[in-house]
Amino acid sequence: MADVRPLLRTELLPPKSSARRHLISIADLTREDVERLLALSRTFARSLERDVKKLPTLRGRTVVNLFFESSTRTSSSFELAAKRLSADVMSIKSSGSAVEKGESLKDTLLTIGAYDPDVVVIRHAHIGAPHLAARYTPAHVVNAGDGKHQHPTQALLDLYTLDEELGGIEGLHVAIVGDVLHSRVARSNVQALVLMGARVTLVGPPALIPRGIETLGCEVSHDIRSIADADVVYVLRMQRERMLEGANYVPSLREYTARWGVTPDRLRPGQKVMHPGPMNRGVEIDAAVADSPESLVERQVRSGLVVRMAVLYDLLTQGPVEIKVAEIEEVA
Amino acid sequence: MILYGKNGTQDSLVYENVRVVDPTQGIDEALTVRVEQGVIAAVEPAAAPANGKVLAPAFVDPHVHLRTPGREDEEDLASGTRAAAAGGYCAILAMPNTDPVVDSASVLGSLAEQAEREAEIPVGFLASITKGQQGAELTEMVELAERGAAGFTDDGRPVVAPGLLRRALQYSAAAGRPVAVHCEEPTLSRGGHVHEGVVSAELGFGGYPSVAESVMVARDLALAGYEERPLHLLHLSARESVDELRRARAAGVPATAEVTPHHLCLTDDAVRSLDPNVKMNPPLRASEDRAALIEALLDGTIEAIATDHAPHAREEKEVPFEEAPFGVTGLETSFAALYTQLVGPGVVPLATLLERLSAGPARIYGLDVPTVQVGARANLVLLDLDAVWHVDEGSFRSKSANSWLLGSKLHGRVVQTVAAGKVVYTS
Repeated sequence: MADVRPLLRTELLPPKSSARRHLISIADLTREDVERLLALSRTFARSLERDVKKLPTLRGRTVVNLFFESSTRTSSSFELAAKRLSADVMSIKSSGSAVEKGESLKDTLLTIGAYDPDVVVIRHAHIGAPHLAARYTPAHVVNAGDGKHQHPTQALLDLYTLDEELGGIEGLHVAIVGDVLHSRVARSNVQALVLMGARVTLVGPPALIPRGIETLGCEVSHDIRSIADADVVYVLRMQRERMLEGANYVPSLREYTARWGVTPDRLRPGQKVMHPGPMNRGVEIDAAVADSPESLVERQVRSGLVVRMAVLYDLLTQGPVEIKVAEIEEVA
Repeated sequence: MILYGKNGTQDSLVYENVRVVDPTQGIDEALTVRVEQGVIAAVEPAAAPANGKVLAPAFVDPHVHLRTPGREDEEDLASGTRAAAAGGYCAILAMPNTDPVVDSASVLGSLAEQAEREAEIPVGFLASITKGQQGAELTEMVELAERGAAGFTDDGRPVVAPGLLRRALQYSAAAGRPVAVHCEEPTLSRGGHVHEGVVSAELGFGGYPSVAESVMVARDLALAGYEERPLHLLHLSARESVDELRRARAAGVPATAEVTPHHLCLTDDAVRSLDPNVKMNPPLRASEDRAALIEALLDGTIEAIATDHAPHAREEKEVPFEEAPFGVTGLETSFAALYTQLVGPGVVPLATLLERLSAGPARIYGLDVPTVQVGARANLVLLDLDAVWHVDEGSFRSKSANSWLLGSKLHGRVVQTVAAGKVVYTS
C-alpha cells in the first residue's frame, strides 16, 4: 500500500494568529522561558526580604482566581502573590457560587469577563478547562491544575526550589515515586525537569505508571530500590479521590506502603525529599522522612509564592523582561 | 420495505459529458446520462470531452444518529436527511439509541411514518438488540423486522454478555436481518476518554486501550463463526481489530465492518488540541491503527465507510474535553474529507472510495446497490473534484455543528444529489 503519512490536524486548519500568552502546560514553554521565570522568581524573593513586602508593579490589574476544586496551597499562594504585586484579586470557589446552581464553566467565564480581568487563574477537576477558559475570556489564563493533566506552577516552583537548594538542575537525577497515573504534578515535573536537563526516573506500581510515559524522556522502574541513586526523591500523594472504585490499581494501601512507601531505610544520607502536598503520612511517605532535615516540603511552599509572582508579572508585562531589583519601587 | 421517506416527484435530468465513475460496473469514462421520471433511461457515449464533473452512484451511510425521538433539538428526521442529501447520500440508516430506544414495533412504526412525512431521502431504522439497550432481554426481533427494522444493534453500548449475543445471533436467523455490534469491553474502556498511548500518557487522560475493542471483536467474531450468522462490526478503530477480522473472514466467518472518516483521517495526535470535537467513541488511535484501517479499506476487509454522525448540542461540547460527550458530525463532510486526505495524496483510488461509500454499505444491509445503469432508479451524486471550500459553522444543514473539520479547507464538493429518482440537493 501507499505510504501513509501521519496527518496532523493542524494541517487542515488555518494558521492561528499569535495567541495571547497563557500558562497552561509546561509543554508550551521553552528552556529560555523557564530560565526567565526562575530569574524573575529570584528577583521577587529578594524583594520579599524587605520589611515592606508589597510592590506596586501590578497596581490597577485584576487577577481572578477560579477554583473549582479544593485547594489550600495553590489558591492561597496565587492570592498572596497577586496581592504582593498590588493587583486587585477576586477569588471564587465553586462551593457557594453559581456553579452550585448549575452554571456552566463557559457562563462563569463570561460573567467574570464582564469585569475585564487581566489574568484568570483556574483550577478544575477536568482536563481541558484552562483551554476552554482561554477561549471564553480575553484575559491571560494560568492553569492552577486541570484534572490529571498539568499543574505548571507546581513544576516551576519545584524547579526553583531545586535550583536554590542544589545550585542547578542540569544533570540532577530525580526519582518521582508513587501514583504517577493520577498526578498532574508528575506530568508537569517530568516535562519541566527533562526540559532543564535533569534525569528523571518514575518509580511505582505498574498500573499507576501510564503506558507510553517514557516518550516524555524519563525512565520507568517498578522497584523502589531504584530511588537509591537519585539526588532527589519526589514523593507523590496516593490520589485515592481520583481512583475509580474497584479498579484495583494496587491490592491495598497496606501493600503499597510496604512496597513503595518512602521510609528512612530506603533513603541514603544526603538525598533530598520533596512532596507537592498534601501528604498522607504513613502511606506514601513516612513521618520521619517528611520531618527530616532533608525534606524540602516547606521550602516548596515558600517557593510557590515568588514563582507565582513571577508568572503573573511575566504574563502581564509581555515577553522576555529583565528587571533589576532597583527598578522595583516599594509601595510607600 | 426497510427504507422510508417522502414520496417525491420523479425528476427528469440530463448529465451531459460527465466523467462517470461507477465501481459497480468498473466504469470510469466520459458519458451522457439521461434520467426520465426518476429512472436512468440512457447512458450514452459523451459527445464532447468530460466537463470536469464526476457522476457516481450516490452514497449510503449505514451509521447515523438522527437523535429522534428524544433529542430533536440536536437533529430530527428532516434536518438529518437534508444534511445527508448535502453530503451526497441517497440512503442512510439510523441508530436506535434514542429516547425512547427503538426496541418495539410501535416506536419503530411511528418513526417510519414520521420519515414518510419528513425525510428528504430514504431512511432505514435499526432496532435495538436488547430491550432499552439494557443488555438483558432480547427485543421482539421478528416483529421488528416485519415492521421494517433494517437490522439490530445496541450501538453506543456493547452486548456485554456473550450468551446474550449468541442468542441474538441465533434469533436473527428468524428475523432475517443482520446484527451489528459496538465492540467495547467496558471494564477495559472504563474511565477512558482517549486512546491509551503516548498522547494519553502525556496529557493525563484515562486511556481507552485498543484491546478494549479488539477483545470484543475477537469474541463476537467467534460467536458469529460458531452460529454461522452474519455479523457487522461498527466503527472499527484498532489495528488489532482489523487483524482479527481479516483472520475470521479468511476462515469463512460471515462478518463485515465499517470505518469512519475521522478514524481514516486523524490520529490521537489531534487530541493534543483538547478540542471536544475530536472526542469520539471509539477514540482516535495511533498512526499504525490509521494505516491498518486504510489498508483494510483498500483490500476490502472493511467494505463500508460510515460517518457515525453524532450531533450534539452546542452547550454539550462547550465544556472541558474531559466533560464532553463522545461523538462528532460527519454527513456533510465525509466525501470531501476523504477525497482531500486519501484520494488527493494518492493513498486511496477514487473508485475505491466511491465503492466503500455506496455499494459496500448497501450490500451489508441488503439495500439496493446504487448504480449508473439503464433501468435503475436514479441514485446519483454529481461531484466537483476541483472545488475548494471551507467548513464553517454556518454551512451545516444539520442542527448541530460538532464537526472535527470546523475551519478546515477541503477539496471536492457535492454538487447535486439524486435520491430515489428525485433531486434532493443542489449546491
